[in-house]
Amino acid sequence: MDNNTPKRDELLSVGMAHLGLKKVTREIPDDEPPALPPNAGLNFIGRSSPRWDAVDKVTGAACYTVDVQLPGMLFAAVMRSPLPHARIRSLDLVAARNFPGVRAAVTLIEALSDGSAPAVLYVGQPIAAIAAETLDAAEAAIQLIGIEFDPLPFAVDLDSAMKPDASVVYQKNEVAHIPFIGFPFVGELPLEGNVRGPNKMVQGNINDGFSSADFIVEETFSTQVQTHCCMEPHAIVADWHEDRLDVWMSTQFTAGVRAQLAATFRLPLSRVRVRAQAIGGGFGSKSQLGQYGKTAVMLSRMAKAPVRLVYRRDEEQMDSGNRPSSRQHLRIGASRDGKLTAISLHAWGSAGVAQGAGVGNIAMALYVCPNLESLQYDVFTNTSPSTAMRGPGNTQGAFALEQSIDALAEKLSFDPVALRDVIDLSPVRREERRLGALKMGWAQRKSPGFDSGPVKRGLGMAQSLWPTNIQLNAACEVRLWRDGKVEVLSSVQDIGTGVGTLLKQVVAEELGLRPEAIEIRIGDTEFPSGPPSYGSRTSASITPPARSAAWQIKNALLQSVASHWRLDPQQLTIQDSWIQSADNPSQRMSWQEAASTLRTDRISVVTGRSDDYAGFRSSHGDAAIALNDLGGVQFVSVAVDTQTGVIHVERVVAVHDCGRPINPLQIESQIHGGILMGISYALLEERIIDPHTGWMLNPNFIDYKFAGPSGLPQIDVMVLENYQGFSATDAYGVAEPANIATAAAIANAVYNAIGIRINTLPMTPARILQALHGADRRTC
Amino acid sequence: MSDKTHETGTDQIIKPSAEIFGPGTISMVLNVNGILQSIEMEPRTTLAEALRTSLKLTGTKVACNHGACSACTVWLDDLPVAACGILAIEVVSRKITTIEGLGDADHLHPVQKSFIEHDAIQCGFCTPGMVMSCAALLARNPHLGVEEVETAISGHLCRCGTYPHVVQAMLSLSAEQEADHG
Ligand code: FES
Ligand code: FES
Repeated sequence: MDNNTPKRDELLSVGMAHLGLKKVTREIPDDEPPALPPNAGLNFIGRSSPRWDAVDKVTGAACYTVDVQLPGMLFAAVMRSPLPHARIRSLDLVAARNFPGVRAAVTLIEALSDGSAPAVLYVGQPIAAIAAETLDAAEAAIQLIGIEFDPLPFAVDLDSAMKPDASVVYQKNEVAHIPFIGFPFVGELPLEGNVRGPNKMVQGNINDGFSSADFIVEETFSTQVQTHCCMEPHAIVADWHEDRLDVWMSTQFTAGVRAQLAATFRLPLSRVRVRAQAIGGGFGSKSQLGQYGKTAVMLSRMAKAPVRLVYRRDEEQMDSGNRPSSRQHLRIGASRDGKLTAISLHAWGSAGVAQGAGVGNIAMALYVCPNLESLQYDVFTNTSPSTAMRGPGNTQGAFALEQSIDALAEKLSFDPVALRDVIDLSPVRREERRLGALKMGWAQRKSPGFDSGPVKRGLGMAQSLWPTNIQLNAACEVRLWRDGKVEVLSSVQDIGTGVGTLLKQVVAEELGLRPEAIEIRIGDTEFPSGPPSYGSRTSASITPPARSAAWQIKNALLQSVASHWRLDPQQLTIQDSWIQSADNPSQRMSWQEAASTLRTDRISVVTGRSDDYAGFRSSHGDAAIALNDLGGVQFVSVAVDTQTGVIHVERVVAVHDCGRPINPLQIESQIHGGILMGISYALLEERIIDPHTGWMLNPNFIDYKFAGPSGLPQIDVMVLENYQGFSATDAYGVAEPANIATAAAIANAVYNAIGIRINTLPMTPARILQALHGADRRTC
Repeated sequence: MSDKTHETGTDQIIKPSAEIFGPGTISMVLNVNGILQSIEMEPRTTLAEALRTSLKLTGTKVACNHGACSACTVWLDDLPVAACGILAIEVVSRKITTIEGLGDADHLHPVQKSFIEHDAIQCGFCTPGMVMSCAALLARNPHLGVEEVETAISGHLCRCGTYPHVVQAMLSLSAEQEADHG
């Protein structure tokens, strides 16, 4: 879709439905449908249709990449570095290649361009890979690889990596090769030792801001490394043919992987096919082709056979991505009336050997403040590269910002909600705070440390901010067959978000059919390119073109029926699978009969995502950022056992906005997921690296703790119906906002319970006990 | 679990002293979903692997392969167990039920229906295991409270966070059953 399409004026409803809507006129492209009424006037949108692939998933029929079996398929295993930093003196694959059953062996680490020996930079870094007829043979062959290392000094944590005499991970001339983890790459930043930056943002005059402040809060916050723990490991089956490449992959972006494969292996896009029918979670870690993806393809090309590579859980934990650590020094000034005068953020973080450890823009963007300064640094360590993870940056950032705002409120003698009413200009979040506070019983909140018994309860709240991403390279096809069957096709994949259900609902609504009648075919790059499942952008990117395509199909069908009846198509309507004439209701035809009037066996419309009707805030390449932000407000109540240090999250009230909610139950599912991952981040999760060896000490599901089903909080989810009149569906995502506020809200509730701020994640019992009884009781 | 299952568990185990198997493949017969199936596998093959590879029953999922997440839950007789922590050879004379044997698209088990209705599914990778534990619970105890459900699924990990909907799905079944009987 280009932007030169003729336009017409259309009246669209905007506002929060429960407070009353108003109409605005916007220009919309002529090939897009009329304004969609608010959910109250619709049949299927806004209702909880069952998940499109639910039957397959509950019966075990759903096919994940780990389930793909091809005839003659080989199995791959990866040899990984046992050392955190070393030069490879020699590498010999001959014995491994000659092991019975082995069909291909590749090195994954190249000698440097100056001929010097390659180095490994972290424990677990892939060095070589083997494909064999059985996995056992591949793993046995790995043991036969001859390798000699010259160990080098290393640093695995922020403090040691920042020391002036620390061994450096990258030399200055290597900057161009540093992997980055999916954020806008900032090219020209100084590198001193292991510290690269600052990535700087300044507005107003920070010194004036602080000197005009009546109150200043200042704290340092630390957050840990979290791993994604997708239940389906990273997995790929690659099948290299003379004339094409077929790939099945557990990925969040089939079309993106196709593009990366085409570029890496110099193939035309048309000769690469990527499929992902069911995907067992991603959370950011399956966004790219990745080293494992390339490895399987290289092995398949060499062996001339399909090759499957599935990470073991320890490989998954050690080297499939993680959320970077952070240390944030945050200073906020405010005047007596609550208005912010200055926010200064200095942040360091490690994404291991990758860059992109920033803590997002939440401290600079959530509240109105004239004087801002943000200096963010990447610190390289000899640990595995991070990748994006649910609400990357802002989740870490919210933990610092929202605790600081809470602390400021206390200093100013403001209620935390009331202070936000002063400093947060968003009417949507104001309403979310009002609703959430009522639901939680915020008025009953006591002063910090009020309870006298050993178990102390507290209430806290925090806010999310996430930019509304839109994928412009996002298309969808709707097909109507002469027998009446309707199909929706796109390469968009469903990683568990339920996007397929949304497509069913949107197309059914437009066509006057039931959602069950719509067949969904997604997760295959043979279909029009869909958006990625990351950045909370999928619904916003793919549901508008789906509705537009369905509308055009409907018009074509009505045209066909109209010529059959020799009527004006304008006189025809479709309702409940029947086409009828407005003038003569007895003249009607079933959907099937109508389809049989088509001249050809099948008609088809492909549409792409058009620009938002009111334009974008910014747009760059395939992606744009919409004018609105996504957000949400979460309230939490906790019980802190001061004798054991255990924090129990008793209740969460989550109020969120995702524009037009299409499937409330699926939205609730996703918000549950965000909250539980947030609780888990706040209380349990932490990658532990042995400082002496660089090995991860908890690369499994026993020692790496994340939230299980015991002691679940009561979770109340409230979702606004917030129309903006920006697209054919006005629907947006929720996955990331649901995660961003949770840990911060818990920390604020813990402060309210015990009167001590916990500035470090995870808030383990040991940390709580230390805070309560340790030498420095002020903060921990 | 109960004492009874402990007893039946031990007397079926092939005694190591009786015969030495392997390291090559041996043939064994598994009773899976009511069908006796003969397979050739190395004695070190786990039940999960045997099901997923030789028998092509890929509904049983392996997420950790070390007994920590319960994604691979199947029934041994009527007891839910982690199939990644059991060797196939240990259970040759037991009745094994996998997710494929519980119900299919045309004959969904009540737990499967309820999971769909309550959207107790996201990515679905943990779901077959979760369904197996929940169906076993329902068979043991039709009158469920939150605690019974949380205990029954306490070994299951779900990174997508379906737990609250799983609990709701199960509680609704309990209520329905009581209504039916009342
Ligand atoms: S796969 Fe068997 S318990 Fe995790
Ligand atoms: S539904 Fe994704 S792990 Fe449970």
